[in-house]
Amino acid sequence: MRSGKFCVGSEKPDRRSRYRSTRDDTQSGAREEGGTNRDPAPFSGPSLIMNGWNRQKQDRDARLGAAATSASRKIVAADQAKALLEAVIRPGDRVCLEGDNQKQADFLAECLAAVDPQRIHDLHIVQSGLVLQAHIDLFEKGIARKLDFSYSGPQGAAIARALTGGRIELGAIHTYIELFARYFVDLTPHVALIAAVEADHAGNLYTGPNTEDTPTIVEATAFKSGIVIAQVNRIVDTLPRVDIPGDRVDFVIQVDRPFYVEPLFTRDPAAITETQILMAMMAIKGIYAEYGVTRLNHGIGFPTAAIELLLPTYGETLGLKGRIATHWALNPHPTLIPAIESGWVQQVHCFGSEVGMDNYMSARPDVFFTGHDGTLRSNRLLCQTAGLYACDMFIGSTLQVDLMGNSSTVTTGRIAGFGGAPNMGSDARGRRHPSPAWLKAGREAVDEPTTLTRGRKLVVQILETFGDKMTPNFVETLDAVAMAKDLHFELAPVMIYGDDVTHIVTEEGIANLLLCRGPGEREQAIRGVAGYTEVGRGRDPVAAEDLRRRGIIRRPEDLGIDLLAVSRQLLAARSIEDLARWSGGLYRPPSRFRNW
Amino acid sequence: MEQFQLQGKAVRRAGGTRRQALTGVNASGNLEILVERVLADHECMVEVTTAVAGFRGTWDAVAQDFFTRASPGGLRFSINDGGARPDTVMLRLLQSVRLMEREP
Repeated sequence: MRSGKFCVGSEKPDRRSRYRSTRDDTQSGAREEGGTNRDPAPFSGPSLIMNGWNRQKQDRDARLGAAATSASRKIVAADQAKALLEAVIRPGDRVCLEGDNQKQADFLAECLAAVDPQRIHDLHIVQSGLVLQAHIDLFEKGIARKLDFSYSGPQGAAIARALTGGRIELGAIHTYIELFARYFVDLTPHVALIAAVEADHAGNLYTGPNTEDTPTIVEATAFKSGIVIAQVNRIVDTLPRVDIPGDRVDFVIQVDRPFYVEPLFTRDPAAITETQILMAMMAIKGIYAEYGVTRLNHGIGFPTAAIELLLPTYGETLGLKGRIATHWALNPHPTLIPAIESGWVQQVHCFGSEVGMDNYMSARPDVFFTGHDGTLRSNRLLCQTAGLYACDMFIGSTLQVDLMGNSSTVTTGRIAGFGGAPNMGSDARGRRHPSPAWLKAGREAVDEPTTLTRGRKLVVQILETFGDKMTPNFVETLDAVAMAKDLHFELAPVMIYGDDVTHIVTEEGIANLLLCRGPGEREQAIRGVAGYTEVGRGRDPVAAEDLRRRGIIRRPEDLGIDLLAVSRQLLAARSIEDLARWSGGLYRPPSRFRNW
Repeated sequence: MEQFQLQGKAVRRAGGTRRQALTGVNASGNLEILVERVLADHECMVEVTTAVAGFRGTWDAVAQDFFTRASPGGLRFSINDGGARPDTVMLRLLQSVRLMEREP
């Protein structure tokens, strides 16, 4: 009976859908190549559909065929690189030019910027970082038109100009993990141009310590019939280890200069101020110790560098060794060396490497993730995932905070992008494992904890009230809002949303936003640590004192911090040279940081 | 160069017996303050010499808050600001009072 009913019931819709389907084909035309004569009956049309099932493979073969004129083998000479790109890239392609805030496939970027815009144009660039001049040139020359990215750093102003001039059509500014995710859904690259340290003759790649984005980009491209081209520093007979299997790599180009790596995470202790040290002391005592934060990520600012350098000194005097900051999702910050050497740090997983840190990490495999060859293995996607799900705290600096705690690094005329901060600086709503820090934060966020109270990630913004040239870091409205309006963005580029922020630390004190009830309290708590900015001076002094009595605002004196102890003498290292000494000479700082 | 004096009242005399103290290092981006115990018990004053004009209102707010927070009765503070921001000024002022409380 059941199946009979089904058959009867299915006939009518079947006919209708057949009719619709025919009409649709006529209208869209291009959807099915050359198959419109035949009646496209849904249940009898496999022959028609199968025609279109390996078009990506056919397309790939066609491109490889075109490349055969310029490249007969996997190994391609550097002077043939431009011809290779012109052969395998088609107008309108999605192209991923590997580059983030650290490593860069800089040679391939320059080659791509040098192709003939008559042949290759309107590319859709889908990559982590837009940081090189060549990246901007792609858009200036019309080789690329559309952009989906994550981070721009040094090119922030150039991107803003190109957007205003209409030369970049912006898709979205992502967090790293979000852009990577889209590689597997709707931004899959047709061609990936990547960087590795060494290749063998079969195209296997050794990425060295800067593995970073490479496995993710290659996974998305190679397994969706795309083409992968790698620039390498050397071609060798035997690799130290295989980071990317050669059957995922189509072409390898040996370049006579190593791919570029930016020492973005090196902070010179000599530049850390006493104000930053005071903030660091407050954070350690008022947040790290209070919540017992063991698993965490740090941003790249000076205040967090100060925290790293205070662990073996100030942290030690507070008896916190082993109780806080033991497990990290973190790039190899040189300023973490004293804490590692003092036995504070049990484990660090890295997004990327850091210039000069390679030998040090190879010598500390109990702390860092290393291959059997002995060098660091980093992985941005996995480390971002670790930062999102396995860390109890993110703490980082920012450039602007508004009255609700929203923060942004967009300032007028600059689009710096996000990098990883919005990912790590957000509560992971899918998290299901408990930890004391996470549960304590979750309990503070509600009035009466219940058996179903969920935890909260600690998301801490640490910043001075004023920035360079007396620019206030606290504002009524983020510059990002005006910029979004000017450039017709659907979404204002907010780095961390206020509802994810749990604490704000300034030189004036700590505001605990978890304990605030309602937007009014929240605003006064933020004003109450905003110092002498207009936002800070606009506080209601009575409300601020009330918040202080309730422990929502805490001043240095409330935390028992002696201001006379606030001194650079507390830093475990006061110069880059000190860091090198702590490492026993294993840390080799880049020349720009050397002054001895 | 802008120069001005900010006067205030203090609830009580600053602790300690020290006559004067110096904090910070001038011309290092690190504010320098000279403190002298020369005023009446409930008077206090901050004397500012600054190369950055136009922040008188901010200085005034910093000084008045400081007088309330630290009650530095009897003390005169001479600031050579070196372009310091309010956060550094407040930190140094509070530190200088703590220094005066210590035995010389």
